[in-house]
Amino acid sequence: MLRYLARKLFIYLLTFIVAVTIDWAIPRFMPGNPVDALVSRIALMPDANAALTSYFMAAFNLDQPLWQQYLNFWWALLNGDLGRSIMLFPTPVTTLIGRALPYTLGLLLPSILLSWYVGNVVGALAARRKLLDNTVLPLGYLLTATPYMWLGILLAWVLGSSLGWFPLAFGYDQSLKAEWTWKFISSLLYHWILPFASLFLVALGGWAIGMRNMIIYELESDYANYLMALGAPQRLVRKYAFRNAMLPQITGLALQLGAVVGGALVTEIVFSYPGLGWLVLSGIQNQDYFVIQGVFLFIIVGVLLANLIVDVVYVIVDPRTRVGLQGDAA
Amino acid sequence: MLAVSDLKIHYRTLAGAVKALDGVSFSVADGEIMGLAGESGCGKSTLGKALIRLEERMQYVGGQVTLDDKVLPIADDRAMNPYRFREVSIVPQYAMSALNPTRRIGRMIDELLEARGLKGATLRPELERRLAILGLTPDVLGMYPIELSGGMKQRVVMVLSTLLDPSLLIADEVTSALDVASQKKVAGALVEFRDRGYVKSMIVVTHDLAILAQVADSIMIMYAGKLAEKAPTRTIVEAPAHPYTRLLLGSLPEVGIRFEEKRLPGIKGRPPSLLSPPTGCRFRDRCPLAFDKCAEEPPFIEIAPGHQVACWKADAHAEG
Repeated sequence: MLRYLARKLFIYLLTFIVAVTIDWAIPRFMPGNPVDALVSRIALMPDANAALTSYFMAAFNLDQPLWQQYLNFWWALLNGDLGRSIMLFPTPVTTLIGRALPYTLGLLLPSILLSWYVGNVVGALAARRKLLDNTVLPLGYLLTATPYMWLGILLAWVLGSSLGWFPLAFGYDQSLKAEWTWKFISSLLYHWILPFASLFLVALGGWAIGMRNMIIYELESDYANYLMALGAPQRLVRKYAFRNAMLPQITGLALQLGAVVGGALVTEIVFSYPGLGWLVLSGIQNQDYFVIQGVFLFIIVGVLLANLIVDVVYVIVDPRTRVGLQGDAA
Repeated sequence: MLAVSDLKIHYRTLAGAVKALDGVSFSVADGEIMGLAGESGCGKSTLGKALIRLEERMQYVGGQVTLDDKVLPIADDRAMNPYRFREVSIVPQYAMSALNPTRRIGRMIDELLEARGLKGATLRPELERRLAILGLTPDVLGMYPIELSGGMKQRVVMVLSTLLDPSLLIADEVTSALDVASQKKVAGALVEFRDRGYVKSMIVVTHDLAILAQVADSIMIMYAGKLAEKAPTRTIVEAPAHPYTRLLLGSLPEVGIRFEEKRLPGIKGRPPSLLSPPTGCRFRDRCPLAFDKCAEEPPFIEIAPGHQVACWKADAHAEG
């Protein structure tokens, strides 16, 4: 068990290093330069521009050779410093992320967990009711094939723009101050519904189909047949089938997590929702290396952590992995 | 005592009903181990399954099954449930994968027993005793199926299936997936369980006549959804009356013969389609003895005590 965890941790560490390196490299390979954008916004005389540019280049350490910048980056990272934003200079990136993170988590966690739970329940029910199955299956395929942002745009257009039931953009009513009053919280919820719904619905379809297929497969498996031949009541057979069908769903949850994070980014952009997605978009538009790096770093850590948790959970729920480990150790 | 009369089971397919069992009548006495043999698709497994649980695509068409003077409601899945496990039980073909992979074996057995209204704890000593008879320690109950070898799983399933001392046990191809050493152990276990009275009678479904010669008291041969011959094992081996039985035995290799010099004869041709089986004797097209009368269906009649055959020429053979 410990050996298994140590090996897993090592793999995750390696993945982390590679992912962070890519994360550092990509913004720097983009054409253009963040300081140029910053300086042109200040709009001084041409010769003053040159002086300012070289000043800022030095201030952000962008004049150093790339390998030096790379080492600096790791050094700062290990000290918990993600640098300062260029577009919103001099706000530290950690502050910006801290501000955006609650919105993204508030959107992601409920949509991931609820869609997983509801999808599994609906799928399990569909597996034994013909009528439900005939509606769930096509609907599920339709939903799961829908891109997040397309459904988001559709919802915004129909429910927001045409019917006017829901607001089109932002995390809360921009005329309100962010404070813990009922008015603000209800505005927050009101703005949350559409982006949440678009993430929830797309994920729901996939889970429902997966669970339905798995349950049908399990109910036709040999152990289910044997139990039924020995007169076991449906209750027991279904209990076993459900439990075993959950295993791939748990793995699926981890695999989906990465995709859902990506989906959340796009959804936030569609709804101008002030989460990490929105932050990274403005970061890219302003070539803000440090913001882009910081946000992606967060996503990397999030996905890796989620996978690690699922690895551990899997060992607990599926004895076959555990036996495999023992065999490995022996 | 099991009595089956005129049992008909069809499979529903898109092409129509496949008449896998087309009017089958026989009986198995208390204490009898009856081997049921025939080539693939002859209906032997269908017969075995029909006696305990019809699969979804299997359709009960007619006939009656009586076990210990009670009529088994085989067509009614719910009504059949009380009889399963207690009166009729099965060691399935897929014994290797018959146990839930994510439950410890002991816990699975307890949950099954409790679901049937029994106490796992009270049956535990008997369960452990029977496992010991087959050379398994009580440790296996604390293990997951994946930790056991194929042969061990097979034996666990045998013990579980017979735990409630059923009147009839159906052993469906129990030796097919095993190596020769395990085959011998399993075959021995079947006889042992009968001798100890754990099961009253047994139907051993297999295509392996060699195993049947070791364990069975009588052998029943099926061909294309019908019975061909039933007789005590000795009679089937030494004096088969049905030409199909003779050809079937003739296609088995014998010890001491080098098949480089003598080719195994085999049986030419293929069994008829059961979607629309031919009238008359179904073996007619492949039978070397076929004559005009075979266009009529031969009855399954007793030609000697305990020896039944469905062949117009059976009498002549038995004498000659």
